Amino acid sequence: MNEAWRYFLLFFGASLVANILLIRFIALCPFFGVSTSLETSLGMSISVIFVMTMATSVSWIAWNYVLKPLGVGEFLYIPSFILIIASLVQFVEMVIKKTSPPLYRAMGIYLPLITTNCAVLAAATESVKPGFFTKLNVPYHYGFPEALVYTIGVAAGFSLVLILFAAMRERLELAPIPKFFRGVPIAFITAALFSLAFMGFAGMFNL
Amino acid sequence: MDWSLVWKAVISLAGFGILLGAILAVASRRFHVETDPKVAEILDALPGSNCGACGLPGCEAAAEAVARGDAPVNVCRAGGPDVTLAVGRIMGLEVEAGVAQVAHIHCRGGRSLSPPVAFYQGVSSCRAAHMLGGGKACPFGCLGLQDCADVCPVSAIAFDEEGISRVNVRRCTGCGLCADVCPRDLIEMVPSTARVFVRCRSQYTGKKATAVCKVACIGCRRCEKACPADAIHVQDGFASIDYEKCTNCGDCAAVCPTDSIQVWVGREGHPEGGEFVVPEKKKRPRKEGGGREKPEAREEAPPREGGEPS
Repeated sequence: MNEAWRYFLLFFGASLVANILLIRFIALCPFFGVSTSLETSLGMSISVIFVMTMATSVSWIAWNYVLKPLGVGEFLYIPSFILIIASLVQFVEMVIKKTSPPLYRAMGIYLPLITTNCAVLAAATESVKPGFFTKLNVPYHYGFPEALVYTIGVAAGFSLVLILFAAMRERLELAPIPKFFRGVPIAFITAALFSLAFMGFAGMFNL
Repeated sequence: MDWSLVWKAVISLAGFGILLGAILAVASRRFHVETDPKVAEILDALPGSNCGACGLPGCEAAAEAVARGDAPVNVCRAGGPDVTLAVGRIMGLEVEAGVAQVAHIHCRGGRSLSPPVAFYQGVSSCRAAHMLGGGKACPFGCLGLQDCADVCPVSAIAFDEEGISRVNVRRCTGCGLCADVCPRDLIEMVPSTARVFVRCRSQYTGKKATAVCKVACIGCRRCEKACPADAIHVQDGFASIDYEKCTNCGDCAAVCPTDSIQVWVGREGHPEGGEFVVPEKKKRPRKEGGGREKPEAREEAPPREGGEPS
């Protein structure tokens, strides 16, 4: 398997085959909370892609140069990553507020929301301790470029599903739905059907 | 036990903490953004429910607009006079406080009182249903498709089993969003001191009105004659009260033949803050002169329990 093909597989697998929302059911809170309108879901998606990429880069460095050499990573990775990611998001928020007010207005309200979003933590954890993809022909230990590609894949999958789902929910608002299913219940049912459809991607890999 | 591992764990986590804390401390200096301290103060004074009734995207935007001078100090309709006073104090302005307002819905003809004449099956919205006539016998009555409840930022409007919306005066902030959205113009913003309400806006009079709804205002003008303060007048077929003149005596409710005028009685323990009652009817309304004391209230005939938002 050549290098480019492997990166493609990693990206494809992370975004669609093991979609973080519909296959692994991580980060369902923003999935249902922010998907009520297309506009907010777009803002959220951009922020998640941005934060996830940064968080994973920093976490990967912390793992490979501090936690792993000290031999404490196995039990300390979750508290450390939460600490790192939360501080990073705060830092990024400050920098954006100072340097680019328009970007802050577009992204600012979502940044505190995803401080320690479970999807961000999951991507950071998976990039240093790949669990889901050990069955694929990728090495157990991701190098830095692989970790990046993997994270961007996860974030892209998150954004894709969030935006598609928001578009669906905007239509559901006006659909004649029985009273007791209006709002979140019908959204859950739709998400379940959506998830079934995404299971079709699982067959695309020859494990 | 391997103590070195414990030390390593403590040192690495503490190291992360100190390092990141230092970075954030430096960054907060380095990237400090000067903001108007008034914005934070005004934001504290605003209700913070982000209802959007002011036309600005949320309370923070409203606070910024007021601090900049782009919005008046009474920008917050929902907050009422208290908030206006507080914001005015922050901005250093003398403000005359008005009276807080609450929403009142001018219809009580539910399904059993004004039965449907057609079955509406379109988009579930009063504004859509109104364009097609709505299906209700009374063409002026509440359609019960909850546009007002959907738009209410504080969930103060609930619908009873009759399909009529009711306002929880404890929660209502008086923002007026529901009054803007009602296609039949049934919601009026009234002073929170008002106690007597005409609960109908049917433009039909006499028999035509009672044919479509048993509790309609028939435009008989008995209330006009009973009112000692000249506050109630029949116009366009229904009575309406001028709350600048109304003294809350309830004489109009006592003479109303269809009980469409009712008195709101605040009750401490009631989930909606009170309920409508019909004062005892006067058999001969114009025999005795007085009648200024509040008539003794009796419970209204149809049951009015429940009513928490579904």
